[in-house]
Amino acid sequence: MTDAPPKLVVENVSKRFRTRKGEIHALDDISLAVREGEFVCLVGPSGCGKSTLLNLIAGLDFPDNGRIFADGKPVTGPGSDRMMMFQEAALFPWLNVFDNVMFGLKLKPHLRDKERREVAQYYLQLVGLERFMHANIHELSGGMKQRTALARCLAPNPRVLLMDEPFASLDALTRDQLYGDLQRICQQRKKTIVFVTHNVREAACLGDRVILFSPNPGRVQEQFTVDLPRPRDINSVALAQHASEITRALKQHLRPDLTEAAE
Amino acid sequence: MKRFLGATLFFVLMVGLWELCVRAGLWSPVLVPPPSSVARYIYESLSDGTLEQATLVTMRRLLSGYFLGLLLGLPLGLLTARFKVLEDTIGVVALGLQTLPSVCWVPLALLWFGQTETAMLFVVIMGTVWSVLIATDNGVRTVPPIYVRAARTMGSRGVHTWLKVIVPASLPFIISGMKQGWAFAWRSLMAAEIFVTILTGFGLGHLLHYGRELHAMDQVAGVMLVIILIGLLADKILFSPWERFLHRRWGTAKP
Repeated sequence: MTDAPPKLVVENVSKRFRTRKGEIHALDDISLAVREGEFVCLVGPSGCGKSTLLNLIAGLDFPDNGRIFADGKPVTGPGSDRMMMFQEAALFPWLNVFDNVMFGLKLKPHLRDKERREVAQYYLQLVGLERFMHANIHELSGGMKQRTALARCLAPNPRVLLMDEPFASLDALTRDQLYGDLQRICQQRKKTIVFVTHNVREAACLGDRVILFSPNPGRVQEQFTVDLPRPRDINSVALAQHASEITRALKQHLRPDLTEAAE
Repeated sequence: MKRFLGATLFFVLMVGLWELCVRAGLWSPVLVPPPSSVARYIYESLSDGTLEQATLVTMRRLLSGYFLGLLLGLPLGLLTARFKVLEDTIGVVALGLQTLPSVCWVPLALLWFGQTETAMLFVVIMGTVWSVLIATDNGVRTVPPIYVRAARTMGSRGVHTWLKVIVPASLPFIISGMKQGWAFAWRSLMAAEIFVTILTGFGLGHLLHYGRELHAMDQVAGVMLVIILIGLLADKILFSPWERFLHRRWGTAKP
């Protein structure tokens, strides 16, 4: 382990939501730290507050208690050093693929327009969509949409990527391909990643560390280190062993939510 | 080409049938003018300049009123969608006034502004502004929140988010509101022109009205044709490009 200060720090964070049915205790006194360059997966059944935590780190929402630091500075709102990727691609239908990737780049004032175009092209190449630069969003498949969203996230060169179940709605084949792509890109570009999922295998495949959440109220239940060499194959035996270990822990902690979480 | 020929054949046949029926004495030419005399009217009034003059006057009223209406309606719609106070006040007023055919404003407009261009402008603006306002408001409310969140994580804020995300995301609504506003403005202007004489300019509606007074049905039919033609052209020039854009980008049904 290095002694460098952590990239992200979550300190005693709590968050409640008021709904018509009453109050939901989404996060209860969560603390965790993420190192520079680390790939952390948050796993747990739906409703355990992992997406909420991601929104708080992104600065799209604020904790009721506790503090969040990025690079030692408190998070007061969204910042382009922390880019977020959602389950739905959230691409803008009024722009084509290229202009979607350009959107975040245009908000970087120090770049010249020529540089922006080069960067956008580079990232579209990286996700394998250079031939679809001028396509409209509705013409893309689900996997291509998520690749575009990934390129759009990566293009402004954030140090931190916050990913909220980005591959959940894709078919298994496309997903396996994207696991490979994401690992390759992260190794090349040295990103710090917080990745939310309820798929244990996915977490074991991508994460250096897997953090298990439990619901009502959302708490950190247990942490696992996955020290398999990269790139990892989601179908490898060693990975399956790690995954089953995590699944076992999940089942122990969450009897009532067993069916959904163990998928 | 084949489609074009088919359509041409259809219209030629229709006009031919019309001419034949009148010539055969089915109706009196006083009631239904034959296409030949309508064509003569159009030709003559074009050569002496009355038709161009009237078209120009009407189009000037329509376009200036329409664009002023857009200029008011679009930002007001954004504001009512953004601020609760305005939603509860201007929003309600808009909803009420949208149900009022704007030609109902004519009596008051005449009283306030006299028989002037301002009165006509006012009626056209009233036809445009409310439906544009309501469509814009609706469009903004239906923008998926995820677009705004995605934009914010990329560093978009305030006015930038409104101009680059919320407005383009609500374009499908805004365009259809603009179309409706155009239709309302056009109808109310025609009604107003037929209804009252404006001293400062003689529009297509007046031409139609005087055609009726003089029992010149060829004039009435000729002016009607011009009105239809302007409507078609406006659709092709003002709205078709937008609709093609929406269709291409959003992948919605071909307009």
